[in-house]
Amino acid sequence: MTTSTRGATKVPAVLVLEDGRIFRGRAYGAVGETFGEAVFSTGMTGYQETLTDPSYHRQVVVMTAPHVGNTGVNDEDAESQRIWVSGYVVRDPARVPSNWRSRRSLDDELAAQGVVGISGIDTRALTRHLRERGAMRVGIFSGDAVRDDAALLARVQEAPQMKGADLSAEVATTEPYVVPAIGEKKFTVAAVDLGIKGMTPQRMAERGIEVHVLPATATVDDVYAVNPDGVFFSNGPGDPATADHPVSVMRGVLERGTPLFGICFGNQILGRALGFGTFKLKYGHRGINQPVQDRTTGKVEVTAHNHGFAVDAPLDKVSDTPFGRAEVSHVCLNDNVVEGLQLLDRPAFSVQYHPEAAAGPHDAAYLFDRFVSLMEGQRA
Amino acid sequence: MPKRTDIQSVLVIGSGPIVIGQAAEFDYSGTQACRVLKAEGLRVVLVNSNPATIMTDPEIADATYVEPITPEFVEKIIAKERPDALLPTLGGQTALNTAISLHENGVLEKYGVELIGANVQAIHKGEDRDLFKEVVEEVRKKIGHGESARSYICHSMDDVLKGVDELGGYPVVVRPSFTMGGAGSGFAHDEEELRRIAGQGLTLSPTTEVLLEESILGWKEYELELMRDKNDNVVVVCSIENFDPMGVHTGDSITVAPAMTLTDREYQVLRDVGIAIIREVGVDTGGCNIQFAVNPADGRVIVIEMNPRVSRSSALASKATGFPIAKIAAKLAVGYTLDEIPNDITQETPASFEPTLDYVVVKAPRFAFEKFPSADSTLTTTMKSVGEAMAIGRNFTEAFQKALRSLEKKGSQFTFVGEPGDKRELLQASVRPTDGRINTVMQAIRAGATPEEVFEYTKIDPWFVDQLFLIKEIADELSEAPELTADLLAEAKRHGFSDQQIGEIRGLREDVVREVRHALGIRPVYKTVDTCAAEFAAKTPYFYSSYDEESEVAPREKPAVIILGSGPNRIGQGIEFDYSCVHASFALSDAGYETVMVNCNPETVSTDYDTSDRLYFEPLTLEDVLEIVHAEQQAGPVAGVVVQLGGQTPLGLSQALKDNGVPIVGTSPEAIHAAEDRGAFGQVLKEAGLPAPKHGTATTFAEAKAIADEIGYPVLVRPSYVLGGRGMEIVYDETRLESYIAESTEISPSRPVLVDRFLDDAIEIDVDALYDGEELYLGGVMEHIEEAGIHSGDSACALPPITLGGFDIKRLRASTEAIARGVGVRGLINIQFALAGDILYVLEANPRASRTVPFTSKATAVPLAKAAARISLGATVAELRAEGLLPANGDGGELPLDAPISVKEAVMPWSRFRDIHGRGVDTVLGPEMRSTGEVMGIDSVFGTAYAKSQAGAYGPLPTKGRAFISVANRDKRSMIFPARELVAHGFELLATSGTAEVLKRNGINATVVRKHSEGTGPNGEKTIVQLIHDGEVDLIVNTPYGTGGRLDGYDIRTAAVARSVPCLTTVQALAAAVQGIDALHRGDVGVRSLQEHAQHLTAARD
Repeated sequence: MTTSTRGATKVPAVLVLEDGRIFRGRAYGAVGETFGEAVFSTGMTGYQETLTDPSYHRQVVVMTAPHVGNTGVNDEDAESQRIWVSGYVVRDPARVPSNWRSRRSLDDELAAQGVVGISGIDTRALTRHLRERGAMRVGIFSGDAVRDDAALLARVQEAPQMKGADLSAEVATTEPYVVPAIGEKKFTVAAVDLGIKGMTPQRMAERGIEVHVLPATATVDDVYAVNPDGVFFSNGPGDPATADHPVSVMRGVLERGTPLFGICFGNQILGRALGFGTFKLKYGHRGINQPVQDRTTGKVEVTAHNHGFAVDAPLDKVSDTPFGRAEVSHVCLNDNVVEGLQLLDRPAFSVQYHPEAAAGPHDAAYLFDRFVSLMEGQRA
Repeated sequence: MPKRTDIQSVLVIGSGPIVIGQAAEFDYSGTQACRVLKAEGLRVVLVNSNPATIMTDPEIADATYVEPITPEFVEKIIAKERPDALLPTLGGQTALNTAISLHENGVLEKYGVELIGANVQAIHKGEDRDLFKEVVEEVRKKIGHGESARSYICHSMDDVLKGVDELGGYPVVVRPSFTMGGAGSGFAHDEEELRRIAGQGLTLSPTTEVLLEESILGWKEYELELMRDKNDNVVVVCSIENFDPMGVHTGDSITVAPAMTLTDREYQVLRDVGIAIIREVGVDTGGCNIQFAVNPADGRVIVIEMNPRVSRSSALASKATGFPIAKIAAKLAVGYTLDEIPNDITQETPASFEPTLDYVVVKAPRFAFEKFPSADSTLTTTMKSVGEAMAIGRNFTEAFQKALRSLEKKGSQFTFVGEPGDKRELLQASVRPTDGRINTVMQAIRAGATPEEVFEYTKIDPWFVDQLFLIKEIADELSEAPELTADLLAEAKRHGFSDQQIGEIRGLREDVVREVRHALGIRPVYKTVDTCAAEFAAKTPYFYSSYDEESEVAPREKPAVIILGSGPNRIGQGIEFDYSCVHASFALSDAGYETVMVNCNPETVSTDYDTSDRLYFEPLTLEDVLEIVHAEQQAGPVAGVVVQLGGQTPLGLSQALKDNGVPIVGTSPEAIHAAEDRGAFGQVLKEAGLPAPKHGTATTFAEAKAIADEIGYPVLVRPSYVLGGRGMEIVYDETRLESYIAESTEISPSRPVLVDRFLDDAIEIDVDALYDGEELYLGGVMEHIEEAGIHSGDSACALPPITLGGFDIKRLRASTEAIARGVGVRGLINIQFALAGDILYVLEANPRASRTVPFTSKATAVPLAKAAARISLGATVAELRAEGLLPANGDGGELPLDAPISVKEAVMPWSRFRDIHGRGVDTVLGPEMRSTGEVMGIDSVFGTAYAKSQAGAYGPLPTKGRAFISVANRDKRSMIFPARELVAHGFELLATSGTAEVLKRNGINATVVRKHSEGTGPNGEKTIVQLIHDGEVDLIVNTPYGTGGRLDGYDIRTAAVARSVPCLTTVQALAAAVQGIDALHRGDVGVRSLQEHAQHLTAARD
């Protein structure tokens, strides 16, 4: 018998939510304990991309799709150098991976990177709980870490909150690096790394952009030191209300009128730079099936989302900001959350969701073309 | 952008009779569409020849035409109704092809009818192989992904032979263009196979075109269901992965949703290609299905084909995701965009999203090879299954094992006891895809096969193979554990093991396992299908069971009625039963009950989440039903369970349900027994003084012989408790009786064989009736066209009866009432009578909704199933008459003289099957039912109604040309008058020498043609078989001399099927056809909607 028993360990594990609800299952990945903000992701594909997305830093991700790990882990699809989720919750982990690109199994990878997970729990019940009560702190305990429930609950309640967390610096590159343009180089873009996913510079490079990825601590001078045709602010983890430094850098860019594009955290920073507030959503948008309407064309795109916070901007009118008129360009049709902003008088726009996809549909890839057009427009 | 204002009326074309490849799913789609369009305030005109559909219920459309779906008849309807638009994408290939014909012959233009939901160019681009290849090539240029299998288009056999060389040799795939359900396609491994498959394919294709393709056998197979609106918004509703790799038609594959073994990168490539194709093809609005093959070694993606319409897969995808594709397609067709349509299930979010699943869906096909013993059971790219079951679970193993037990077929569930057999032999056997291959694979695993070996032999993806190993390992644990602990039991249930399977492994009775399980507190919970993986709250209670933690069944106040559906379609138990269940749901909802539907057939209207207040998509086994009853009893009061409308499946559960304390409403299990048990039923007949043919029951050959000797041959033999005449045979001598008993392996004292006197030359009569304990309502009396001995499901019949008089009806009414009273029926009963030598024999009684209920209801404009449901819950016939559900006076036995005549004709699946030598299977009708569906012809006189029924079932009767006649001796006398009529109508008669002689003696000229066995004549005179193949015969009359395929008639009849020439196999059918031809000759055959017929009938009744 050569069947692996991987993914089906019988080590007991416990998941404890800060409001006291408890789920019991089996250890998955590393054995031990972990804490974070419990969030659920509804994508049915792309777990490797999700796990390696820096925006999930300090979050325990619950997969609503029951089967995870079926295609193993390959050497091409990671969005960064490591797994960022602080814990992983799945119902039915694969015992053997099956894919011509697979190099190793997911649970080996999780264990190797020390990611504590739990399997075999009612993930739908947990998801419904988070939907009704909102994202909250959670702990996963397995092996020696398992104690009596009250003690575990106390540990969870001591863990830090996501609201007010400033995490970009923890996930961003410490040294600048360059992603060269594919084919003929047409533009230079300075990309401020607040937790950037690998696919984002890739999408730009495919369009002839040389991308200079800069640390989250980069100043306005650092940005302009690369002589950029455009500036980009990436996705990233944490509460945008704490991101004072990137907001001030963005204002510097807006003042100079350099073409600017932001994604996810970058959208929240543009919101703040324009004077809008941000707020925490009850349970966020995490999935790859979200309908977003581009209000300039009326068309609907199916998009990848991963955000727990959103910009508070008026949907029904053009707003006056220190940088001229601004409007909400994209909106999520499920709940009318602001999914994109654009300035009408300066070359700047941003979206809350993920046009780079990975994982997810490619419907919004046109936004990278829009960024290119802005840079072309600036040159002309 | 709101709906278009320039369309006031729409013609919807249905899909006609149920055939393999085009089944109940189009009733589901069409019903949804009609309802949507009606709700939008449009006048809906519908044509569908299939009476057993919900869509042809008079309240679904404004004008319902049960008329043949042919360009000629649809033109008549268009001329009469003058619709603004035609929606052709919801009635399968039949509707699409009819719409194209109407476009091409200028009818649409002539009457100013706009095609909506698809344009002709897009249909051609999607369906024409050559054009579609260009589409794929164009897509590749644009997005860099997707290609077609290398292929070669052929219009002749020479092209075909050349094509094989071009593609580098065998094997090659042969695909005829423009056929339904892949009809006529297959793999050719050598020239002989190629000539056969391609030869037939060229004939089947309306454009005489076949495509040869490189073989991609063994690749992974996927499907995407997409929708597009007029603003070019596109969503992928569902991905489906075939468990069986390429080589097996997707309709015959076990399929899984969502796709299980694709990374996001690979999935997004399929998505990108799919979207680019729907745009390139130019599907303006609506749904389409695209199939892909993926090379497991390197991920190379090949686009196999697309269907620019709602398909079987889209029905499955709708049920699998909760996203109602047909409903939304209809809205898009009248101008809405996806973002303007709300998601029914969440009610808060729009339809412009992609459903995400937090469960796994498995569909398994149901085959009927046992009905066609000579047919080759190898699964190919031609679909052969007759139905399917779908199951939902929180993981693959749970869904998979539920799906297998939903098939409700002996041996469909995995078994883990007994010797598995030899590993090598099992692996070898698993190479050939067949019905039940999966069980062979499981036995190979039990016999020690490794995952690598299983993959090598079957090419089933290693992830799925591992799931099979997982199931086997749990079975091992169950078998080896010293005791059945809570943990072990829970684990087994989480992987879909039934109580019965666990009992088999542990050597316990099923009910003992259940008691232990309940004592340990292990019960399923019910989760909701919500389109969004719980991201938003679901408002629609569409449930599936899982052994998980939290149940989502909400408490309720109103008393609930649980209706058990009929499970997967099979021959003998099809859409007719779903029709009755749906009607019960509607009627009981109107009467103030909360309706709860249980069924596992994704093709049906009953499993639409809109049909009942609650839907449980669950297997119809005792265990699964008991758990649902328990869950609903926890949720609120349960008035009872309805078992008499879903056919034999729920009926078979009734006693066990009652024994478990479940309240059964309507006819009691004891009454069911009284009708089904020979002894008990004999007593009922005796007490009522009614004659039955002489009969007896036997459990051994000696017993059977004694009975047969006493009553005389021929005898009709059959196993007890069967549906659709399974295993029923007319036995003419002792030798065959002996072999019959020897072959019937399931004979036991509790399941004896019934031996009946066979009534030669009798008129068979079917009666559907309602009985409330006091009063009988005779629903309808149907007179069979074919004589007794041909299964009633395969026989054509007329309502009102065409040769029975008032006295006969009086006798039928009295007998029916006596039986209904004697048995103790509360609801529907169907009785078959035979009138022989002026004696009215009772053949059998079924205390349930019969296959003919929808036909009877439509022919008499009375909703019998609704009334039956109400009677089950205590209403009386008198109350229902007062309410208006039944007519105030009179019934189906006393229709006014000018009532229309309705003819039901059965549709047979002969053309789908080949024996292992590639020859057709015989088409002779017998006591075992083999039809898959039915049509109805309705008109004021019998001849026209019969002609319509033939046009709807097989294509129009010829009105001129050459008719070939060859009949058995016993039929020669009754053939003379119809033959003379044919000549009078200008037919040239061909006959074999014996028949020609008789004709000549009666003054009728007939040209003698050579028999097949005589071979081609010295001067090249063709045999009758050659003449048929060459298209020189327009009508065939051939009554069989006996059974078996060795006789001359076999080749004639199979040639007729291959060339689609009308072939009559009884003289009664000939007589009816002559009346039909006569009606066609007399001139204009009109069309009339059911609503008009009903109005006429109601007026006549008052």
